[in-house]
Amino acid sequence: MIKEQAKVKQRTRRILQRFGRNRGNLIPILQQVQGKLGYLSREAMLEVAQFLDIPEIDVYSVVTFYNQFRLNPPGRHSIRVCLGTACHMKGGYITLDAWKRRLSIDRGQTTPDREFDLDTVACVGCCVMAPVTVVDNKPEGKVEPTKVDGILLSFKLEKEKK
Amino acid sequence: MKVTRRQSVVSAFQEIKSRAQSQWRELGSDKPVIMVGAATCGQAAGAVEVLRAIKGELKKHRLDCPVVEVGCMGHCYAEPIVTISKPGYPPICYGQVNPVIAQRLIREFILGDDPCLELILGAVEANDLVPSFSDFPRARFEKKVILKNCGHINPKQIEHYIAKGGYAALAKALEMRPEEIIAQVKRSGLRGRGGAGFPSGEKWEICRNAKGKPKYLICNGDEGDPGAFMDRAILESDPHSVVEGMLIAAYAIGARYGYIYVRAEYPLAVQRARLALRQARKLNLLGRNILGSDFSFELRLFQGSGAFVCGEETALIASLEGKPGTPYYRPPYPAISGLYGKPTLINNVKTLAFIRHIIGNGGESFASIGTKGSKGTAVFALAGKVVNTGLAEVPMGTTLRQVIFDVGSGIKEGKRFKAVQIGGPSGGCLPESALDLPIDFDSLTDAGAMMGSGGMIVLDEDDCMVEIARYFLEFTQRESCGKCTFCRLGTKQMLEVLGEFTKGKGKIEDLALLSQLAEDIKAGSLCGLGKTAPNPVLSTLRFFRDEYEAHIKEGRCPALMCRDLIAYYIIPEKCERTCDACVGTCTVEAISSHPTKRYKIIDQEKCVKCGTCLKACPPQYSAVVKLSPPSLVPASK
Repeated sequence: MIKEQAKVKQRTRRILQRFGRNRGNLIPILQQVQGKLGYLSREAMLEVAQFLDIPEIDVYSVVTFYNQFRLNPPGRHSIRVCLGTACHMKGGYITLDAWKRRLSIDRGQTTPDREFDLDTVACVGCCVMAPVTVVDNKPEGKVEPTKVDGILLSFKLEKEKK
Repeated sequence: MKVTRRQSVVSAFQEIKSRAQSQWRELGSDKPVIMVGAATCGQAAGAVEVLRAIKGELKKHRLDCPVVEVGCMGHCYAEPIVTISKPGYPPICYGQVNPVIAQRLIREFILGDDPCLELILGAVEANDLVPSFSDFPRARFEKKVILKNCGHINPKQIEHYIAKGGYAALAKALEMRPEEIIAQVKRSGLRGRGGAGFPSGEKWEICRNAKGKPKYLICNGDEGDPGAFMDRAILESDPHSVVEGMLIAAYAIGARYGYIYVRAEYPLAVQRARLALRQARKLNLLGRNILGSDFSFELRLFQGSGAFVCGEETALIASLEGKPGTPYYRPPYPAISGLYGKPTLINNVKTLAFIRHIIGNGGESFASIGTKGSKGTAVFALAGKVVNTGLAEVPMGTTLRQVIFDVGSGIKEGKRFKAVQIGGPSGGCLPESALDLPIDFDSLTDAGAMMGSGGMIVLDEDDCMVEIARYFLEFTQRESCGKCTFCRLGTKQMLEVLGEFTKGKGKIEDLALLSQLAEDIKAGSLCGLGKTAPNPVLSTLRFFRDEYEAHIKEGRCPALMCRDLIAYYIIPEKCERTCDACVGTCTVEAISSHPTKRYKIIDQEKCVKCGTCLKACPPQYSAVVKLSPPSLVPASK
C-alpha cells in the first residue's frame, strides 16, 4: 500500500512539472491527474495543494464541487447514461434502471470486480439518438433495456475471446 | 507609418489566403472527393465504421480519392451523412449511410457512374440532375449564416476555412479603428446569444472604456442546457469561425488574453478547438504581432469540469480562477471587473461566430435580417418528438410553427403536438396556442418561456407535463451551487411536491404552495439559475393545469408516462397466444403464458414498466396497452 502511495505521488509530481504555480491552473491540473491516474486519490490531492501552496481544503472543495472529478477508482469500462431532456423524455431513466439492475450498482458506483462503473451525464449533445448511453467514451444511440443486455453481451464475448 | 502597417497586414494575409486557396482547389480538382460527417452526432450514428468501410473499399479497388472528415450539417436525423463530389456531378449527400451502403457508393458511383439516386438525401447545390437541399420545403425558412461552413469543410484544416473566406474579416478589422468595429457591431443590433440577449456592441463598449489592464476575453462554450447542442456543433464543425470572432473582439476591446471555455462533456469540441488554436498560431493569426500588425493576443482553451452553473458568467470566472463555480453579486459586471478583477468580456460561442459576418459584410446587412428588437438569425437545436431532428438556423421572427412543422417536418409517427420546451431549465413549455408566435428575445419572454441558448424540445401526446416540470426542477436542484438559501432549499421543496404529484399522492392545495415557492425563489436568488429555475413549473401550471389536476384528483397520468401511475396490461382477446415476442424480450421475466389458454399475463409485482413488451408486440396484434390509473388492470382469471 505504501509503495502504491509513493507511486501515485511520483506520477502526480511528474504531471505537476508541466504547470506554473498559480491557482488558475488548479482545475487543469486536477483534470490531467485524473486523466492519467483514473481518479483523484488523497495523496494526489495533497501533492497538488502543496505544489500550488494553497490549503488542502481548497483542493478538496473544488474536487467535490465539480461533477467530473471522482474520488474512487473507475472500472475498466465506463457507462454514462445521458439524462438530458430528449433522453429523459425518451426513457433515459428506464435505461438507467436497466443498467442498475444488470450491474447491481447504483449511479456513481463501480462493480466489485472493477469491470464497470456507472454514472449519469447531463447531456452529451446527441439528443437525436436519444436515449443515449456513452460506453467507454463512445456515444451509443437508442439504448433501451434490450440494448443494455446486448452491449453487456458484447463485453462478455470480447472477454472470453481474450 | 500607418500605410506600411496596413500594407503588411494585407499582404501577409493575401499570402496565407492564396496558399490555402490553391490547396483547396487541388483537393479533388480531377478526383472525386468523399466527405464524411464526423461530429459527435455523426460518430454516435456510426460514422467511424463508415469511414473505415470507405477507406477499405477504396484500397481494395486501388482508388486514390481524398476522404475528408467534416463536421455537422445540421441534418442530424440523417446521420451518418456522406457527401461525394465527383467531377461532372454536383456534390451529392447521402443520408443514413452504413458500411454496406458506403461500399456500394464507392463501387457504383465512384468506380461506375451511377449516383444511386434511390439513396440520395439531396445535392448541396441547385442543379438539373438531382434534387438539392434548396428544393426542400425547409429551405424557404432557413437562412444559414453561422452554420454555413458546418459540414462542408474539414474543421481540422485551417486552410479549408481560409479558402472559404475565413480570417478575411480579421484582416479587414485590423485595418479599422477599434471604435469603428464597435460601431459596426452596435449598428448590427446583435444581441448576446447565450440567452439573456444583452446588446453585444454596448457590452463591448463598456469593456473597452473600462479601466484596468490586462483585459480578458472569454468565449462561453459551457453549453449546459440539456437538449441544446448548437455550440457543440459549431465548435466541432467550424472552430475557426469562433477564433476569428474572438480575435476581432479582442482587438476591439483591447484584450490581451483570452479563453475558450468548453464544457467537459464535449471532448471532441475541446480537441478540435485546441487544434484550431495551434494552427492559427502557426500562421501568425494568433500570438504576437498578428499578421505583422501591433496587435497581440494569446488565446487558450479551458475545459470545464461539469457544473451547469458555470454557464453563468461570474461562476465561470470563479472556475477559471481555480475556485468552485459559485456566482457573485453583480454589479460590478465582468465587463468592468471580471477575471482577476480586470475588465472581462464574456460572449457566447454563437455571438462570436456572428462577428466575422458583421465585420465582413457590414452591420447593416446583419440588421436587415430579423425583427425590430432582435436582429439576425437564431440557431435552434431541434430534438424530441420532431421528424427532422438537428440544427436549424432561421431569421429572427420566424414562427414556432414554421420551425417545428416546416423545418422540422412535424411530429413523429403522426402523433399530436402537445408542447414545445424552449430555453432548457430556464425556459418554459409553450402549448399549441403559442405556435404562431414570431420567435425573438422579447416575444418568448412575454409568452412565459425564454430564448435561452436555443434548445427546442418538441413534446407530443405521450409526454407528461408534470413529469417534464419535475425533470427540469430535479436538474436545477442538483446543479444549484448552494450559495442562495431559496435556490438551495426552495427548489428542493418544490421538487418534493412535484415528486408526490407524479406518484399520485399530491394534494390540491399544493398547487398554490408551488406558485408561492416559485415567486420566492425567483426573488431570493442571486444568479440566473435560481431566478429562472421555477419557469418550467410556472409555464406548465399556466398552460397544462388540467394535467396536474388529473394526477392529484384521479391518480391518473393522462400521457401515460409517470411510472407509478401506469400499468402494462396484455389484452387476452388481442393476444395471439402462440407468439412469444413479449415473453422473450421482457428484461425481468415478468411475462408468462396462461397455463391452459396460453395468452400472456404480466406479473404486476415483477414488472418494472420499461415498456419493452409494448414495443415487442407485433403491430398486427397490438395486445399490450398502458393503463392509468393502474387499478384499471382487471384481476387475472
